Amino acid sequence: MKFRNAIAAAVVLLAGPVCADEAYEAMKASVVDKNFVTTERIERDDIQTFCSKPRAEAGDMERMQELRAASMAGVEMPADGEFLGSWERGYDIANNGRGLQYSDSPDEPNGGNCYACHQLDPREVAYGTIGPSLTGYGARGQSEVVLQYTWTKLWDTHAYNVCSHMPRFGAQGILTEQQLKDVMAYLLDPASPVNVPLANED
Amino acid sequence: MRNIIAKTLCAVVAGGAAALSAAQDSIFDEYREMMGDDNPAIFVIDEGEEYWYTPAGPKDATLEQCDLGLGPGVVEGAYAQFPRYFEDVDRVMDVEARLEYCMIELQGRTREEIHAKPYSLRGDLGTEFEALGAWLADQSNGVTIAPGQDHPKERDMYALGEQLFFYRAGPHDFSCATCHGQSDKRIRLQALPDLTTHEGAAEGYSSWPAYRISEGVVRTMGWRMRDCFRQQRMPELIMGSEASIALQTYLAVNAAGAEMAAPGLKR
Repeated sequence: MKFRNAIAAAVVLLAGPVCADEAYEAMKASVVDKNFVTTERIERDDIQTFCSKPRAEAGDMERMQELRAASMAGVEMPADGEFLGSWERGYDIANNGRGLQYSDSPDEPNGGNCYACHQLDPREVAYGTIGPSLTGYGARGQSEVVLQYTWTKLWDTHAYNVCSHMPRFGAQGILTEQQLKDVMAYLLDPASPVNVPLANED
Repeated sequence: MRNIIAKTLCAVVAGGAAALSAAQDSIFDEYREMMGDDNPAIFVIDEGEEYWYTPAGPKDATLEQCDLGLGPGVVEGAYAQFPRYFEDVDRVMDVEARLEYCMIELQGRTREEIHAKPYSLRGDLGTEFEALGAWLADQSNGVTIAPGQDHPKERDMYALGEQLFFYRAGPHDFSCATCHGQSDKRIRLQALPDLTTHEGAAEGYSSWPAYRISEGVVRTMGWRMRDCFRQQRMPELIMGSEASIALQTYLAVNAAGAEMAAPGLKR
């Protein structure tokens, strides 16, 4: 395997970066369009390609910094400067796991599926653990720094953490600007159940 | 398995939540216990045997002469050695690709017909592939998982499977590893086996095909691959395709040494 990699690397050096990617070719030969989902989805951008390496092969710090900077440069802040929408609508988005699967309706708004991976409202028991708990996230306040950091994290997580497992909700167009604002409110509004501890309930 | 879930839950969930989750878990365990050996898959297993021995296709032939790797017609223990290299086609095949090959060669059927609907939709009656998968897995129940890794093409297939396991793409940037690359994680309340480890791969691989209570049908390992692609927001994975075989090889080799326990019974 190492030997083969060495040969592949040598070929790249000689022929330029035109070597066929074995995994890509296999993927291409193995999928078909289904409903509104086309085989174009197997094409990978820079972040996806870099983050597709089995972990043992990862670790090019220089490249990582480049990608992080590119992600950061691509973040679009809300056009009207308002970061916070409605936490009630934010809950629906956080709780909705549908969207962009070929079994989903493309006419319905996409969900954010936050609960698949994060704990949020401490009263919700069905939360996943792939991401950190965000219960009480609003304790960070609503300073400009917190607003911009949180927005950036939702827009393109790789701006802070290259190869994070989290989807790029803004950069990939999964959620609309308004939806992102609503999720922001769900995280940061003091009235949001995310920020109401269990003990403070009526 | 139950203990692992219980431990994870106790560690991360506040008291009431843990009780609720554990209750849901134990309801399913109770159900499983009540069913005992009476996995509804037994009816599907019988159906699979019938498919094997019933003449079909333009050649009006049965699948009895199909060589699943241990010689024509040998079905006992054959499933546990998939995916494997077949000299007659000079490539590695999973069970479904091999069955398709036999249907075309022995029965004279077409690829189009075979691929029209290999897996049932929710609420449908089961399909031929689901029945044959259940029966063949049952013929390997308790047999040690031992996929071929002697032939260079089998080792290449494993290496490709590993690459594909980490292949991130689509609008959500998901790969198999997103959900199945870390230990002791879960999505909502669903525990996720870490398929990069022997323990996790054994847990996942050995229990498919499985009867899915929520869907009322037997689902195959190939279906599991296809449905994970759907959840990853990828296009549809073709049954018996190179990527499907490579990923199953990655799982089977990681699981090697464990015993088959299929057809399983799942939510």
